[in-house]
Amino acid sequence: MTLAVGQAAPPRTFPPFTRTDFVKYQGASGDFHPLHHDETYAHSVGFPSVFSVGMLQAGLLATYVTDWLGVEGIRRFKVRFVEQMWPGDELTCTAKIVEVDETRGRIRLELRADRQTGNPALVGEAEFITAAAP
Amino acid sequence: MSYEFPLDYSKVREFARAVKTEHPSHQGDAPVIPPTMLTSARMIWEPADQSGFRELAFDRSRILHGEEEYIFHGPLPRAGQVLTASTRVTNRYAKPGRRGGQMHFGTLVTEFRDADGNLVAEQHSTIVETAGPPKAAEEDA
Repeated sequence: MTLAVGQAAPPRTFPPFTRTDFVKYQGASGDFHPLHHDETYAHSVGFPSVFSVGMLQAGLLATYVTDWLGVEGIRRFKVRFVEQMWPGDELTCTAKIVEVDETRGRIRLELRADRQTGNPALVGEAEFITAAAP
Repeated sequence: MSYEFPLDYSKVREFARAVKTEHPSHQGDAPVIPPTMLTSARMIWEPADQSGFRELAFDRSRILHGEEEYIFHGPLPRAGQVLTASTRVTNRYAKPGRRGGQMHFGTLVTEFRDADGNLVAEQHSTIVETAGPPKAAEEDA
């Protein structure tokens, strides 16, 4: 694959988030904050339901871009958290190459993960080494 | 101060499934970690007395997770490696909140070294303590 500025990955929408997705991620990561699995606790602190772990959608965005360019070549991944994800929400990821630095052998991408409302849940960026690109 | 972060095979596979990746590099005898798995070091292995989060001393009821960044200085770590992690607090500052009071910011930087002491990866986490009480629309840490 030839990598050029402006090139975009095909968008990917993950299936609607379930409470099971949250619990699977919490078990895998070791983050057992009750806001993400304990409905009684979530209600008691004013939330309408449990909601996703921010790092779950960050992990899904990383999956999206590393499944495209190959995980072995990633050298930087950064996200900013914008909106929460709730049960039933769908996350759609997009990525675009914004810089190809032949000297350093790096490409830089802008990343975005939107809720089904069109509002971003996350915005971010990533760098890969060009040598690892497929 | 530092602590060990063993990259257990089963945990790497479990994390890869939780973030829904089927990339072949996460399979086989020595799967590479999904990039954001570095976050598990603090969650599972960090001794309480080395907690940068505790050092920030933010009010837990007013905390937001602002940003996360992962930097890899070479190939990604793999299952079977034992990394050594150490965390420091950097970049602390405050600014006025939109609804009055002060917002406080802090960044936790965790460095990960391999068995030879080489810096292989970094995690930078920006944590925000909001000025007011939490709102239902805001992210927790």
